[in-house]
Amino acid sequence: MSGYFDGGLGQPGSFMAARIPSFTHFLATHAPDLLPVPLGAQPLPAGGGDVIKDLPHATTIVAAACETGVVLAGDRRATAGNLISKRDVEKVFRSDEFSAMAIAGVASIGIEFARLFQVELEHYEKMEGRSLSLEGKANRLAKMVRDNLMPAMQGLMVVPLFVGYDEETGIGRIFSYDVAGGPYEEHRYHSIGSGSVFAKSALKKLYSDDMALPDAVLACVQALYDAADDDSATGGPDLTRRIFPVVTTITDDGYRRLPDAEAEEYAEHVVQERMHSPDGPRAPLRSGS
Amino acid sequence: MPFYVSPEQIMRDKADYARSRIARYAAAAAALQYAGGILLVAPNRSTALHKISELYDRIAFAAAGRYNEYEALRKAGVTYADITGYQFDRRDVTARALANWYAQTLGGIFTDSTKPYEVEIVVAEVGITPDNDQIYRITFDGSVSDEPGFVAFGGQSDVVTAALKERFHDGMSLAEALGAALAALAAPGNAGASGNGAQAELTASRLEVAILDRARAHRTFRRLRGPRLEELLAEARSASGSASGSAGSGSGSGSASAASDSASESAGASSAGASTPETPQTPEPPDEPPTGPTPGSSDGIPRP
Repeated sequence: MSGYFDGGLGQPGSFMAARIPSFTHFLATHAPDLLPVPLGAQPLPAGGGDVIKDLPHATTIVAAACETGVVLAGDRRATAGNLISKRDVEKVFRSDEFSAMAIAGVASIGIEFARLFQVELEHYEKMEGRSLSLEGKANRLAKMVRDNLMPAMQGLMVVPLFVGYDEETGIGRIFSYDVAGGPYEEHRYHSIGSGSVFAKSALKKLYSDDMALPDAVLACVQALYDAADDDSATGGPDLTRRIFPVVTTITDDGYRRLPDAEAEEYAEHVVQERMHSPDGPRAPLRSGS
Repeated sequence: MPFYVSPEQIMRDKADYARSRIARYAAAAAALQYAGGILLVAPNRSTALHKISELYDRIAFAAAGRYNEYEALRKAGVTYADITGYQFDRRDVTARALANWYAQTLGGIFTDSTKPYEVEIVVAEVGITPDNDQIYRITFDGSVSDEPGFVAFGGQSDVVTAALKERFHDGMSLAEALGAALAALAAPGNAGASGNGAQAELTASRLEVAILDRARAHRTFRRLRGPRLEELLAEARSASGSASGSAGSGSGSGSASAASDSASESAGASSAGASTPETPQTPEPPDEPPTGPTPGSSDGIPRP
């Protein structure tokens, strides 16, 4: 026979062979150079640290489960060292109809992660005629994060936060990761990135179980404001340039990114409130009744 | 085993083999434009083993023939599309490139393997405007044709094409398009719709229907099934019943009006009374399958 089916990329053989329906796995087998982190990548040369430090980094992400689904929101700032490298960066991405991910860390690698993950989910769906389970998606993302461990140890660190609406149980769920993978399921709410300490503390005081969706969105925007208040790498609502946080919701109806006008309404509301009480809403001192 | 067989003989044998198998076993299917996108219809009793699938955001795949062969082709196409879209941009995946890739692959298989693939496939892309819609048909030997507006493929596709040609016009509604496709697939002489003789009526449970919806963002492919399909079928049947009744009484040669009658008859529409009361007959399928779906077509394959 000719070399028509010998399986290199661009040859039908590799495309038509029976295999597991994973796009990443296919790339790793047939075109590893297309992976965000090529297999067997050379370690970065010494002195690369300065270069990496000056790469744009994505900062704070918050997520909160609510009555009808889950909210995922991120601020718009990217920093390079102590400079602001971008004011309107987007770090929340639709993964598929019922899930989304956001990234904190080196933006360039994170964006490529998000793209690859998107294709990965869609590829499975098209190959198999059904969507992956939410756990399946979360596990798949864990492997991708883990594949980035070596570069992460050299400074190219990126960590996702993954949320989805579980169609089987009808609830919104949140999964977090560390540089070595995961996933760790988070209950109620979570935050990652440089301002996450502040955002999470804020959410802790604002969050209540079975919040309505608009309340959960508002809580997330409040939390991002608090993060921006105390963390220099997190951007607050930019009223002069009309740049507001990216807010996405995932419910029974699927993924929805709030239109700019709607996100602006929430942000305006928060800013107006803070004009009177700069520290935001006050939680009751004593819980009870 | 002979020691020498001329290349011409080999090619002819392979082509005859593929053609006869497709004519006998591949139920004809159709893809056609409608105002809101592209409609794909195939007779299929299975709800799990698809003949019509999504390849990419605006591109669909439809096939007739052997399941294992076109399923491998479909998956390869998905991989090709996903790799291209991942490497460049989602907009850089085109039906033209996919059709070319399929043509290369099927051509390679036809030349290199002992047994050619017994499939005919269609790659359709919905454009931003109807002018940008593309429908390609690729046959077992890698011949590819660009079919403006509509295409029928699979066994007896020449009969279905002729029937479709009569009914197709630009800017049809979805129900009209579905009605046209069903009437064409039920055209007398299309024995492929049923495996063994008797022409089965194409009800929702025997049909696989999908659309590429021009108005949708991102992924335009959508399957129509269940109540939605039933509803559309009822609408299509009543629409095509009245339309074909008028066509049958107005113009139309014998075979054309017979075709329309059988469509409206199966729909139970009463408007067909205008034409002669001849009973529409579905001829028995011949014992020996015809040698090709499109006799005399210039697909470059030598014929005996």
